[in-house]
Amino acid sequence: MKIVLENLTKRFPNRNKKGGADVVAVDNFNFEIPDGKLIGLLGPSGCGKSTCLNLISGLETPTEGRIYFDGEDITDLPAENRGVGLVFQSYALYPHLTVLRNITFPLENLKGEKKMNRHEMDEKALEAARLVQIDGLMERKPNELSGGQQQRVAIARALVKMPRVLLLDEPLSNLDARLRLQTREEIRRIQRETGITTIFVTHDQEEAMSISDMIVVMKDGVIQQIDKPQNVYNDPKNLFVAKFLGTPAINVFVGSVKAERLYIGDDEVMTVSGAPDGNVYIGVRPEGFVPDDNGGLKCKLSGIEIMGRDTSILSTHYAHEGDTIRAIVDSEEATRFTEANDASGNGTADKPGEVSFSLKPRKVYLFDRVTEERVYCKTI
Amino acid sequence: MDKNNTVKKKKYIHVGAVIVYILLSIWAIVVIFPFYWMLLTSVKSYAAYSTEYIPQFFTAAPTLDNYTEAFTAVPLAQYFLNTLIFTVLTTGIMMIVIIPAAFAFSRLEFRGKNLLFTLFLSLMMIPNELVIITNFQTITDMGLRNTFTGLILPSVTSVFYIYLLKENFEQIPDELYKAAKVDGTSDFKYLVKVMIPICKPTVITIMILKVIECWNSYVWPRLITDDKAYFLVSNGIEEIRENGFGRENIPAMMAAVVVISLPLIVIFIIFRKKIMEGVSSGGTKG
Amino acid sequence: MKNNGSKAWLYLLPALLFLGAFMVYPLIDVLIYSVEEGYNSASQSYYDVGLYNYSYVLHDPYFLQALRNTFLLVIITVPLSTGTALLISLGLSSIKKLRNLFQTIYFLPYVTNTLAVGLVFMILFKKTAYTDGLVNVLINLFGGESVDFIDGPYWAKMFVLCFYTIWVVLPFKILILTSALASVNETLYKAARIDGTSKFRIFYKITLPMISPMIFYLVITGFIGAFKAYSDAVALFGTDLNAAGMNTIVGYVYDMLYGDSGGYPSYASAAALILFVIVLTITVINLMISRKNVHY
Repeated sequence: MKIVLENLTKRFPNRNKKGGADVVAVDNFNFEIPDGKLIGLLGPSGCGKSTCLNLISGLETPTEGRIYFDGEDITDLPAENRGVGLVFQSYALYPHLTVLRNITFPLENLKGEKKMNRHEMDEKALEAARLVQIDGLMERKPNELSGGQQQRVAIARALVKMPRVLLLDEPLSNLDARLRLQTREEIRRIQRETGITTIFVTHDQEEAMSISDMIVVMKDGVIQQIDKPQNVYNDPKNLFVAKFLGTPAINVFVGSVKAERLYIGDDEVMTVSGAPDGNVYIGVRPEGFVPDDNGGLKCKLSGIEIMGRDTSILSTHYAHEGDTIRAIVDSEEATRFTEANDASGNGTADKPGEVSFSLKPRKVYLFDRVTEERVYCKTI
Repeated sequence: MDKNNTVKKKKYIHVGAVIVYILLSIWAIVVIFPFYWMLLTSVKSYAAYSTEYIPQFFTAAPTLDNYTEAFTAVPLAQYFLNTLIFTVLTTGIMMIVIIPAAFAFSRLEFRGKNLLFTLFLSLMMIPNELVIITNFQTITDMGLRNTFTGLILPSVTSVFYIYLLKENFEQIPDELYKAAKVDGTSDFKYLVKVMIPICKPTVITIMILKVIECWNSYVWPRLITDDKAYFLVSNGIEEIRENGFGRENIPAMMAAVVVISLPLIVIFIIFRKKIMEGVSSGGTKG
Repeated sequence: MKNNGSKAWLYLLPALLFLGAFMVYPLIDVLIYSVEEGYNSASQSYYDVGLYNYSYVLHDPYFLQALRNTFLLVIITVPLSTGTALLISLGLSSIKKLRNLFQTIYFLPYVTNTLAVGLVFMILFKKTAYTDGLVNVLINLFGGESVDFIDGPYWAKMFVLCFYTIWVVLPFKILILTSALASVNETLYKAARIDGTSKFRIFYKITLPMISPMIFYLVITGFIGAFKAYSDAVALFGTDLNAAGMNTIVGYVYDMLYGDSGGYPSYASAAALILFVIVLTITVINLMISRKNVHY
């Protein structure tokens, strides 16, 4: 089912300060979620993504704007009649009911034609339980299940009534790391199998990147960018998006462009054809650095970290925002660099304690110093 | 030297514990003794009891005659039945009144909620003695003296229990309500199918405390009934004391007392943990 | 979620109706009663408004007797019962074996009918033509003179009343204090013991301050409860408490309202309001003291 949000706005009255301005949790959202896709709603905590989900589910009513399900305006429809499935961060399982009864609970509320008898309900519940592979636990109570199992019950309960849209509110954040990885694959599989339009709220960019068809990046109630995961990473619209996506995070420098030459501090690092003159922020992805004795960016070496397949060169530079520049280099470069490093004891042969980098043009982004909008990026 | 010291200390602790046990046992006897005495007296025959100038601690020939006497000479069964009806109805109606109120305060949003709740809380400070005068007049004016309606009406709400239940309802996470909403549940259905089952321990505790309160209530029934057909057990006991059995048939009187005390003691033994938890979490006597 | 407002009021309606009729309205009404002079229940008329009812009550020897009895009862039973409860709770928390059994036994009076068990007490203490009663037999055993505790001298009757009252209120206090003691953090005791603190000092410096809020709670509720004493007295001395000289303020209120001496709701209201003011004053004083002394 296609979901359309039109000028959607939600304001909460400010309760902290007397006469304070309203808090805008969701600010003028306009976007379309195509049928059968999995959308990741991504942003730091407090950015309004849960509010957005609550608006779609009907648990909250928007201050302004409309919501359409397949062209039908459902803005004023109460939550109980929207037919959405919702999975909570805390799972919200009914503690006094068995797994089976938790799953059949939404079915017991159906009225009219859709009303089912016990047997049909149990059948449906078993079907949903099989989908999430908990069909062996039907008679247990929620407190007898592990976190991962509870999570599956919550998903089964949301799926059992064949919702028009499935909403997941930070569904993985209460699981441990291994289980999180496993469950997110599971969610992806279930979504593919059922074909239900799914919206997935998370603050974890890796999670969003790994399973979403499309990512919506939010900040302070405002949409920053909507695109495919790889595009959001490769082609960030502004500094916030660039910083929020990617682990390790992007390295940000202050610098300037003069006559299509890019300067980080006083170091001239590369040519940027077409970029306007002026002061800029320069974002360089960790994989955008190449150790190169003739490179323009001259940094002070502070260490080398070898973590499995990746090798990080840690260094500092006076124009860098933040503590340490992290450059991830591939194994060949790393070996060459470390050998040279070992030979001299520290740093490169003739400049001890220093490391110079040249930059990969496609991994460098320039942002306006005031608006923080991206002003340059080498396109493919 | 060191060794000596620890031995001494151990002995000291030992003696201390013995003293504690002795003192605790003395109080336990003080508590138990009246119960023992009433049971004992109730199985002594009237003839034997009257001749004991020095009361005996045991009886060689226990008899159940006094119980027969208690049920035949005074309408004890009637008192018993009245109290049962009064207790069940009062407790039942009270639950119907307080559960929705607690639900409204804990779950629903409406204008003036905080103000109203503050007013509710301030009502907790009002002593029963202050309002009983007008209630007595009201019930009398309505012609409800010597009726169950008159007995029950003033005690079917309790601000305190509404408060207790509201606090308990609020422990249920918001997400559950939201989940139920999304699952298509109405507020009322949510209350009945989710909130009450989850808060069952508190609901049961409140019911037990109310039952105890009803079973022992004395002042209001005394004011509102003078027809023996509507006496509750407390009034019955008072009546027996003043007029029943001829004043001297103490064994029969004790039989009645045993019969009246028994139901609550049984309830206490069954629900010991629940009652004690309920009382320590905020009940008060009567 | 739209109609929530009116729906909420619907849920509240029964409670509001009952509270309005049997709590709020009477509260206003009792004030009115108390100032209506010469109120006649039969014709529901009165001939003046003023403070005469209060003046009558305050000059009524029966009321003064009830006032004296109630104050004596409060002053004797509140400290004694709280202190005893504290000692028993300390004893309970120091033992492991039989602790549950003791706790259960001690709680028993809470669930018994005050009137019914009062009758047993009466029999134990009463001196009749046939027998001196068990208590007197015990007194004789230790070489004392028999006393009629139920129909005898004032001090004897007051003793029985206080004793029975304490017997009735102790379960609640013991329960509250044992759970207060159990909730004191174990590590505090361990820390104190490592510091070499003596047992008495531990009690005085740690236990007592930690449970002081609960002690004050018990003192406050104890005062309120003792001021409202009535059915204990009825259980021991019968319904005609004035004749026995053992009436309490609440008993006076009911006597004015109903029974052989009844039919004076105005006097009853005045007396009830006087009681309310006394209890309120003492509670406020208690709260002020506790605010200064309770340690957290």
